[in-house]
Amino acid sequence: MRRRALLGTALLAAPALAQAAPRVVVIGGGFGGATAARALHRLGFAVTLVERNATYLSCPFSNAVIAGLREMEAQRFGYEGLRREGIAVEQQEARAIEDRRVVLADGGALPFDRLVMAPGISLRPDAIPGLDTEAMPHAWRAGPQTLLLRRQLEAMEDGGLVVLSAPANPYRCPPGPYERASLIAHYLKARKPRSKLILLDEKDAFSKQKLFEEAWAALYPGLLEWVPLSSGGKVVEVDAAARVVRTEFGEHQAAVASIIPPQAAGRIAQAAGLTDRSGWCPVDPVSFESRQRPGIHLIGDAIIAGAMPKSAFAANAQARVCAEAVAALLRGEAPAPPKLINTCYSLVEPGYGISIAGVYRPANGLLADVPGAGGVSPLGAPAATRAAEAGYAEDWFRTITADAFG
Amino acid sequence: MARTLINLPRTARRGEVIEIRTLIQHVMETGYRPGADGVVVPRDIVTRFTCLYNNEEVFSAELAPAIAANPFLSFSVVAAESGILAFTWSGDNGFEQTETRSLTVT
Repeated sequence: MRRRALLGTALLAAPALAQAAPRVVVIGGGFGGATAARALHRLGFAVTLVERNATYLSCPFSNAVIAGLREMEAQRFGYEGLRREGIAVEQQEARAIEDRRVVLADGGALPFDRLVMAPGISLRPDAIPGLDTEAMPHAWRAGPQTLLLRRQLEAMEDGGLVVLSAPANPYRCPPGPYERASLIAHYLKARKPRSKLILLDEKDAFSKQKLFEEAWAALYPGLLEWVPLSSGGKVVEVDAAARVVRTEFGEHQAAVASIIPPQAAGRIAQAAGLTDRSGWCPVDPVSFESRQRPGIHLIGDAIIAGAMPKSAFAANAQARVCAEAVAALLRGEAPAPPKLINTCYSLVEPGYGISIAGVYRPANGLLADVPGAGGVSPLGAPAATRAAEAGYAEDWFRTITADAFG
Repeated sequence: MARTLINLPRTARRGEVIEIRTLIQHVMETGYRPGADGVVVPRDIVTRFTCLYNNEEVFSAELAPAIAANPFLSFSVVAAESGILAFTWSGDNGFEQTETRSLTVT
């Protein structure tokens, strides 16, 4: 009721607003932000996208770059498509979110009627004492770190120990560390067969676990070892220069180590007071409006989305729902409760794909699983099924990047 | 035999405070949870943990149903003399398991 009254006042006080198209600013040009900008533009708004980088490097499929199965340039997407459609793209950093305007790095400001933020994640390497991300790359944001880890693997002598770590929930891309372990194991098996890989995990269970374990037993026996929390998998500190990784119960002398630190919402979200004590952004699951600051919507990896994982597909789905919600709110209407879909493909070797799908709807203030919907690839499936899923993964990548970047 | 993990230094200086970490792989079944057949799964938890240092109790803990599976305990001990540390977990259904580690104090 209060919101409706406020909206009514705003419209009466500013009749000019009724003529001009409402201004919507989107911060962040990843899968969520780029999709949101296009969807809002299609709904007739004047949209400005603020993104500090000239191009975007996709995290999905970047594990294949690490393993030498794909080149980085295949991960790169630009914003020409958005510009062609008439979306203004401001290539600079957003510095602060003031009342109804975004302050930019060059001192300029963008006024908005509604703001959509897709700030992604920030990494917290300081949470692991001794961690130096140049010596032990996380490669959890596609870019120089991805290529650094690839070069370290290429330079490693046969017989070396590769140590990977997976953080506690929540973090970006729940199956990502396990796909990474699989594809690096594939690389070692082909190129450095006397080497070994240990995956230290701060959890006792993970996404698509049975499917990964089935594949590891078949493809990488004796090569890939998963160490869960209850077997001492939690990394407590590292000696980055000596490449030593210490867990609660022992230590590993690595030749190459990739430590994925704990994460939180992107820095701009923290600076703007949009995060809670968890470090992530609480939002309304119908409108994706911040619970901390009205008028600001958040999507993608930065939000507390309940059962919905932090994935490119989820960010893309949330972006489209959020755009409709923003449109409804600017018309003075209540947004309709959405249903959202997520699918995640993982490769365990070239031509061997597995997937998980879920359907989500708002319940008790969060996004909850719709029981009986979604599911995972079957266990014990024939090679043709795995090959087909690897193909679907490629199709998915082409589709979602076309949807986000045009 | 449940799998246990114990981490302490092999050697310490006299008077040094050392950190000991222990973990036992145990279901810690609460006794309140219905199984797939709808019947409540009987309680099966570790109820007590002790650490004896040369037969003297230096640390103990009471464990309750709300404690998660695979209980992890971390505590400190003053390294007084060389000897044996004995770690014992005991609980429901007559469960009892003891592991020992030696510590050299210089």
